[in-house]
Amino acid sequence: MAKHGTARDDRRPNVSNLRTVRGKSDEVSVASSRADALDRLIHERLRLGIVSALAVNDSLSFSDLKKLMNTTDGNLSVHARKLEEAEYIACTKSFEGRMPKTRYRLTPAGRRALERYLDHMEALIRATRER
Amino acid sequence: MASVTPLHRAPASEPPALHARAMDNLAFIRDTMEAAGSFTAVSGWAMVAVGIIATVAAMIASAQDSVLQSLYVWIAAAVLAPVVMLWGIVRKARRARMPLLSGPGRKFVLSFSPPILVGALLTIVLFRAGLVGAIPGMWLLLYGTAVVAGGAFSVKIVPVMGICFMLAGTLAVFTPSAWNDWIMAAAFGGLHIGFGIPIARRHGG
Repeated sequence: MAKHGTARDDRRPNVSNLRTVRGKSDEVSVASSRADALDRLIHERLRLGIVSALAVNDSLSFSDLKKLMNTTDGNLSVHARKLEEAEYIACTKSFEGRMPKTRYRLTPAGRRALERYLDHMEALIRATRER
Repeated sequence: MASVTPLHRAPASEPPALHARAMDNLAFIRDTMEAAGSFTAVSGWAMVAVGIIATVAAMIASAQDSVLQSLYVWIAAAVLAPVVMLWGIVRKARRARMPLLSGPGRKFVLSFSPPILVGALLTIVLFRAGLVGAIPGMWLLLYGTAVVAGGAFSVKIVPVMGICFMLAGTLAVFTPSAWNDWIMAAAFGGLHIGFGIPIARRHGG
């Protein structure tokens, strides 16, 4: 699996290709506005991966997520912190013997954000199919 | 060789990327959830319901006069329980937006089904041979085998439950058939409820 992008990636417009055709039809505008309404915070691949993995687990350790996402310590902590700041995930730090252990779990707000994101994706697919 | 650029660029096509990206994102979410390995389509709450059905069946079966009559009660429960379980699995998968027959789901069905089908056939064989008392033990052994085999592609707690069923089956095979209803109650009732609650709490319902 390729390593995921850095935290800078989320600054990139994620629907740039769509914007070039904005105004060509009403349907495209609708689709465009739907895309704009996307939660950019979890649209980024690594963050989407973290939220998806936590959605099906009670909690996951930092090293579980690192292995699962095939990413680096630095990259994972940057993206996890962004999700934590948005209160989409919660982090607990403890010690196992002398080893520090960081565990993450999805908050209700994070679960709702993932649900909304899934709704958006499904709406976009439906809009395209109906055309 | 240099690449050739057309003088007139093709008009920007419709937004195919949007549709494709949405599909790609959904596939990514599904793949991540599958790789995270903790999702199980097995519904914990449906297991609890099956456990309750089994407990009620055990109470009715133990009140019957003959082993054959109590076997009929268990067969009725064995028809009702998969319906409840299937309903729970479909509901859970829909809520999690996981396709039922995605990778792990398909593997689970393919591994779980053969021992269950063998169990159904052996029920007829043992019934015809007049070995009715051996049927509950065989059911528990083969149900346990099915759960262990299917659970190899699921969360760890599922195969552990299968092993417990196999142990209960072993006990049923080597003990007097008068104990069968109680062993069945403890296994199909107790184990389903006992494992169903943690599965429901830890693995999404």
